[in-house]
Amino acid sequence: MSDFFQLHPILLGILKGLAVILVIFPIAGVCSLAERKVSAWIQGRPGPNRAIPPWFAWVPVIGPFLQRLGVFHLMADGGKLLFKEDPIPGHVNKFYFMLAPLVGLVPAFTTVVVVPFGAYFDQAGHLIPLVLANVDVGLLAVFAVSSLGVYSLILAGWASNSKYPFLGAVRATSQLVSYELAMTLSVLPVFLWINAPGMSGSLSLARVVDFQSQAGFWGGAWFVFTMPISAFVFLVSLFAETNRQPFDMPESEADLVGGFHTEYGAFKWSLFFVNEYAHMTVGSGVFILLFLGGWNPLPWVSLATLIGWLSHLGAWAAHPLFVGVLSVVIFITKIITMLFVFMWVRWTLPRFRYDQVMKIGWQRLLPLAIANLIVYTVGIALLQK
Amino acid sequence: MAVIPVDRKPLSFAERTYMPQILSGMKITFKHLMAPKVTMEYPEERPAIPAGYRGVPTLVKDPNGREKCVSCQLCEFVCPPKAIRITPGEIPPDAPTRHVEKAPQAFDIDMLRCIYCGLCQEVCPEEAIFLQQQYTMTGYSREEMVNHKDRLYELGGTLPDEHYKWDKKKAAEEHGNAH
Repeated sequence: MSDFFQLHPILLGILKGLAVILVIFPIAGVCSLAERKVSAWIQGRPGPNRAIPPWFAWVPVIGPFLQRLGVFHLMADGGKLLFKEDPIPGHVNKFYFMLAPLVGLVPAFTTVVVVPFGAYFDQAGHLIPLVLANVDVGLLAVFAVSSLGVYSLILAGWASNSKYPFLGAVRATSQLVSYELAMTLSVLPVFLWINAPGMSGSLSLARVVDFQSQAGFWGGAWFVFTMPISAFVFLVSLFAETNRQPFDMPESEADLVGGFHTEYGAFKWSLFFVNEYAHMTVGSGVFILLFLGGWNPLPWVSLATLIGWLSHLGAWAAHPLFVGVLSVVIFITKIITMLFVFMWVRWTLPRFRYDQVMKIGWQRLLPLAIANLIVYTVGIALLQK
Repeated sequence: MAVIPVDRKPLSFAERTYMPQILSGMKITFKHLMAPKVTMEYPEERPAIPAGYRGVPTLVKDPNGREKCVSCQLCEFVCPPKAIRITPGEIPPDAPTRHVEKAPQAFDIDMLRCIYCGLCQEVCPEEAIFLQQQYTMTGYSREEMVNHKDRLYELGGTLPDEHYKWDKKKAAEEHGNAH
């Protein structure tokens, strides 16, 4: 949007970065509340609905409604986690113990940089993605940086200097290693497909969305329809990488007491969950960009088509600012839907056993991803000949 | 008993992928998402307490508003956790509610000790102490958790009395033929 803000590029970069952080961080926070509410609704109970700050209690209809919805529990939780006692065990290395949750924040918020979260059209009609850094290594950067998140878990497990956290950390590592392979292999067909021979190759995520918003039946089809196996493998790997149920090995309370965060309390503990939710947000964002058409509202209905329809209502619809906001809203709506699916699956499936997790990863998903890759490589080679 | 061997059927391919089962499970949980809530929101909604429920021990008065308790201290002696403490006292002879010589000056039940066994109710010769339906005994301090006499009568109220024992005794006293 540098057309509208004539500012110094560095200042603009800082502003954009702050804007993105200000969206991602609250999403990660609200997720913790949404998790409680969704789990409660699925279990047939109303969920958190007690907390209410004094002045809101006097607002006639909205106050009780928001209280029923439990939105004030977010503040109550935050306050509680900030002010409750935060013990540090005597037998740990304090420096690394304190460092671990903070280390987790870095990859969680760095990956956002290369994720395009919207787009607008410039005067010439070109699609300009809204992204902090539209680099050609987009997806590679996401994979490389997001897997650094496991360092936080390893550090937490090791610095706790106790057995169960350490086992949790070991499990987190092995799970990441197992599923990273399948995940990477599953997205290769997408990039083989969009990078036709002779063109300049790119791993940019914006390019993938661009490809999914072409005209025509095959042009407008999202990759989830043309490459369902890839999407499936990627989604399952995403569950495993973000340590969500049913792949909740690193912290499985049933056999590891709480895993890597056993020794943590108060705000340090909650930071792990902010990291997990930030990873989920970014991960589902990547899934949406790759397989669910990014900021395109519906399959076979691209953003440009929607703007074309809306422009009958008035000239404002084609204004880049409106298009940009609309695309971001569509993208965030999809992300929220994905986050809901994460929670929905969590309250449906029981946790896998550790050996089952390893078996699914190495004996099922990886061969499936390799077979999928081979099939699509041959198919794409024949099609593009 | 005869042993019936049951063959475990091999899973079909669809079952081995688990996907149909997972999807049907998600369908079920989604229905639960929309279903009405089954929980009772406790402080606002209270469950119906069945008759004969043994909740907090209370003291009751007879229909004439007189204390039934004669401070015989049987409940105090029988109480297994020693939760009851009675200070017996005399009733002045000219008191309008006089029916016997003694009544408790103080009657304390420490609810932090009480185990709701109901022995006090069993042992009471005057049917003055009852475990009633009050089941929420809470407080912010140890002192608050001790029920004094006023509170015990407030909780207990009056229960229907079929015998009117003291009325009969008083009438017999006034017309001779005391025993």
